[in-house]
Order: sequence, then structure tokens, then C-alpha cells
Amino acid sequence: MKQLIALGFEGSANKIGVGVVTLDGTILSNPRHTYITPPGQGFLPRETAQHHLQHVLPLIKSALETANITPDAIDCLCYTKGPGMGAPLQVAAVVVRVLSQLWKKPIVAVNHCVAHIEMGRIVTGAQDPVVLYVSGGNTQVIAYSEGRYRIFGETIDIAVGNCLDRFARVLTLSNDPSPGYNIEQLAKKGALFLDLPYAVKGMDVSFSGILSYIEATAVEKLKNNECTPADLCYSLQETVFAMLVEITERAMAHCDKKDVLIVGGVGCNERLQQMMRIMCEERGGRLFATDDRYCIDNGAMIAYTGLLAYAHGMTTPLEDSTFTQRFRTDEVQAIWREKSLS
Amino acid sequence: MSSNQTLLSIEHGLFPRFGEGFGRSASRFHFGFSWKGEGVQLLDMEISTSENEDCFGTLLKQGAEARVFESIFLGRRAIIKERFSKKYRHPSLDSKLTLKRLNAEARCMTKARRLGVATPALYALDPLLHTLTFEYVEGPAVKEVLLTFGEHGIVEERLDDIATQIGQAIANLHDGGLIHGDLTTSNLLLKIGTNQLVVIDFGLSYTSTLPEDKAVDLYVLERALTSMHSSCGNVMDRILAAYKKTSKQWSSTMNKLAQVRQRGRKRTMVG
Repeated sequence: MKQLIALGFEGSANKIGVGVVTLDGTILSNPRHTYITPPGQGFLPRETAQHHLQHVLPLIKSALETANITPDAIDCLCYTKGPGMGAPLQVAAVVVRVLSQLWKKPIVAVNHCVAHIEMGRIVTGAQDPVVLYVSGGNTQVIAYSEGRYRIFGETIDIAVGNCLDRFARVLTLSNDPSPGYNIEQLAKKGALFLDLPYAVKGMDVSFSGILSYIEATAVEKLKNNECTPADLCYSLQETVFAMLVEITERAMAHCDKKDVLIVGGVGCNERLQQMMRIMCEERGGRLFATDDRYCIDNGAMIAYTGLLAYAHGMTTPLEDSTFTQRFRTDEVQAIWREKSLS
Repeated sequence: MSSNQTLLSIEHGLFPRFGEGFGRSASRFHFGFSWKGEGVQLLDMEISTSENEDCFGTLLKQGAEARVFESIFLGRRAIIKERFSKKYRHPSLDSKLTLKRLNAEARCMTKARRLGVATPALYALDPLLHTLTFEYVEGPAVKEVLLTFGEHGIVEERLDDIATQIGQAIANLHDGGLIHGDLTTSNLLLKIGTNQLVVIDFGLSYTSTLPEDKAVDLYVLERALTSMHSSCGNVMDRILAAYKKTSKQWSSTMNKLAQVRQRGRKRTMVG
């Protein structure tokens, strides 16, 4: 029997990605292009959408070529419905509508957060983990319960990646390949631990206060030569990651699960993985983490998750193929987790 | 809590510290100063066995940040809660958090008792071993009771009683300016026999009179209920109804709660 194949489009933030996958999780191709802004600047919706528009068609061609398939072989077209930035989301949504009409293929709308989880599960083989989803736009502790991915803890203001990105701007670190990566590298040279605010509220966390504090202190302390930028990166990472590990552990204790899966862009951070691994080992569990190929937004995760839904009979009619900036993880009925395919 | 310096002269662990709320609980549990004689010896024995791993007795539960042991304290069945250090954390951050939370927990537990909310009576605190010793409360957690309801059908009367007790307890805490900080169904016990609600784990508690903090406190519970016990119907509404009846400042808290609910990221909004 022929394997189902999906083409997936991701464009919720500053990356545009196109992926081709089969139902068993084999990635046939997964090209992506990142919009990188100059140091000290973030990415703005309009420019990011413009970037995606420029790169999406070459990416589709390259994805099909690498996968060595023609459009005929594709069973469904998947795209990110949300959450994310409106303008960049629109690019993927429009492309998918056009291709669906041209190639006569069904559309499947995908929740970005759920896509990260499903990709992480198939890549690592984690069965039923507590998921820490950490990126520039999201910070959530998620676990599956009764048909949905439920959010047990999350940030009540900005995402952890946003906190790191914005601090990188204060230090005017390079945005290439990503601000978080450069903070991680610089933090390795840090030695002095500065006391920062620590904001855990039950299973929720808050980062905006820490950011304001360190933004203000950084200027002051650097001017007086009391610490180095490396020390600041080190202290910031140690503090925010300790908060994340703490709420993950609390969620594990609450829902009696042993394993942790880290997904999302910040999930590539090796210090976060290391801290989480120590915590898991202390609890007799395992840590599942992936590297930057899967952690960071990509087309394959959208394709794979869309294909799971498609294989269970879900498609999105053309008139419903919209996008939305706000789309909670727990709004999605994860039908593929309820019943396995016979 | 007044730290009694003379008590600290005892070289090793488990010295009781007498706090503000202790006066009442002390007489109730015949807990006077008699520990000076026999108590210290008994404590010495505890310490001498502390070489092995489970030095505090039988391990009952490994929580997110503490190990809970069942033990005997001066002839009474007791719980010892040891806050262990987290190896993943930076040592200075770790010791700061551990000690801060240990002290806060002891203070808040006793404060809750003064506010008329049943909590286990605090017996002792040890800042070196990071342990709290308190009364053993026998009975299931609300979490277990609700999960049984989920599986075998709801006993309406019982659920009503539980929800009312929870609402009243939280209202009493809040009106007294105490925020629990980690209201989950595992932190609420039902005493066996009397079915009285006992609030435990004040590890994240703090004092505040802001409607904001009270609302977040309730919101944490609401989230724990919807994520774990969605099959029990709307328990939160019943809890809030009882809360409103008991709390004098309910209206500002409820208004804030409505705002807090909107606050999580990526919520669907109209417009």
C-alpha cells in the first residue's frame, strides 16, 4: 500500500519552511529559510511576511525536488493556522489555498503548538511525556489528558524566548543564527552569578519582570565594570531555566508522568536540556529532546501533524482555511491519540 | 516567627522553633518545653540513623521539591518534609530558594491555623537539614476523591460538601491576607472520619492583600480542576459560590479573576 504523503507549510514567525513527510514520520525533505534582522533589532510582521513571500516558491520547488516527488503524489496540504504573527501566517495560508485549487488536493489546518509536540514525539519516540514547549512566542507545560493536549502551566506575560531575544538586543548580540544561540555561547564564559528576580506562580511563570530588571541592571553594572555581558547571559539563563525546570517538575508530580519532552526553539539550548536531564534522572524519568533541525519551526512538523489528522478523516474546507493569531493548544481535539489506525 | 537563639545552641538538627501560632497548637498537642530532656535524646537517635538515605522514616512521596516521610516525633505520628537541594539549579540560587521557602512555609502554615483553616500542626523546623516536622493527617486527597467520582459517578452531596469546604477555606485564608500559591487538588486533604478539609503544602505561600494575588490563587485552582477533573462537572463554580458567601472582599477578587482568566497567552478572543 502506498504511504500517505503530506506537504506542510510553516510561517508563523520569522521562519518559512516547507516539508514533505510520510505517515510513519519519514522526512523526505524539510527546507527552511530564516529572516535574520540586524543586531539590536527584532523582526516586524510586515517585513517578515515580505521575506516569506520571496522565499516560499523556491522552497516548495526545492522541497519537491529533494523528496523526489511530483505534486500528484501528495495526499494533503497542511499549513499553520496559528498561533503566530498575523502577516507571516497569511503567506502560508494563501499559498496553501492556491495550491489546493491548482492541484485539487485537500487542506488540513494545523495548530503550531500541537505540531511541535507531535514532531517531538515521533522523532524521539516519547510515548506520553510532559511537554515543555519553549520558543520565542510560547512557553507552556503541556500534557495529554482526555483527548486534548492540556496546558498545565504557561507564561502569564512574555515567552521565555522573547525574554532572551530582547535581552540579546540590549547587548546587541547577533541574530544569526538566532539570538538565543548567541546568548548560550556567551553564557558559557560567564562566572559570576547575579541575583535576579525569580517568578514562579504555581505552575505558571512570568518573565517580564526579570527582563525589565536585567535590562536596567545590565546598563548600570556594565558601565561600572561590575560584571561582563557573559555573566549577565549566564545569570539570566540559570534563572529562567531553573524556573522552567521547576514548573515542569511540578506538572510531572501533578499528573504522575515520568518523561519530559522539550520542544520549540529554546529547546535546542543545551544548558536547558542538561538541567532538565538532571531533574528527570532524579525522578527516575527520561528526557527527550531534539536538535535544531526539529526543535526550530519547520515545515515537516506541520506536514506530519496534518497528515495524522488527515489519516483520521480530518480535512479543512477551503472556506474555513483561515489563520488566527490566537489558537490555544487545548482547542485541538487530538483524535489521532484516541484511536490508533487499524 | 521568632527565632529562639538559645535553641540554636543544640548542635544538630530538628530543634523546634516556636512561632507566633504555636501558643495554641502547643497546648493542644501537649507540646511544652519537656522536649529539653527526653526530646533531645530522641532527636539524637534520629540523627544517628541519618547516615542512610531514608533517614527520616518511611518515604511516602517524592514531590516536585520535597520528600515526604512518615515518622514518629515525640511519640506522635508525624510527617517530615525535607526540601532537598536541586542539582540542576545554581547553588546560590538553590540555597536562597530552599531556605526562603522553608521559612515561608512554616510561617504560613501557622498563620493559616490562626485564621481558622485546618492545617497540620507544625512540630518543628530545621534550617540545616531543610526539614519541617508536622502532624500526620489521615485521609485521602481531594484529587483522589474527585478521580473516583470521575470513574464511578458523582456523589452530589459529597461533592457539594467538598466544594463548600474548599471555598470557605480559601476565603478565610484570603481574608486573612494569606495566599496559598499552589492550590491543587493534591494539596487538599479530607480528614478520615470527620471529612474535614485540611489544607497542606504552604511551600509557595505568601502574605498579600491584593485582589490580584487572590485571583491568581483561585485561577491556579481552577486550572488544576479543569485540566485534571473535567469529568466532575463544574466544581469550580460551586467553590466560588462558597467563596463569595464566606469572603468579605469577594467582589474585588471576582472582578480580578475575570481579568486574570483573559491573561493567558493565545486565548481566543472575539474582536
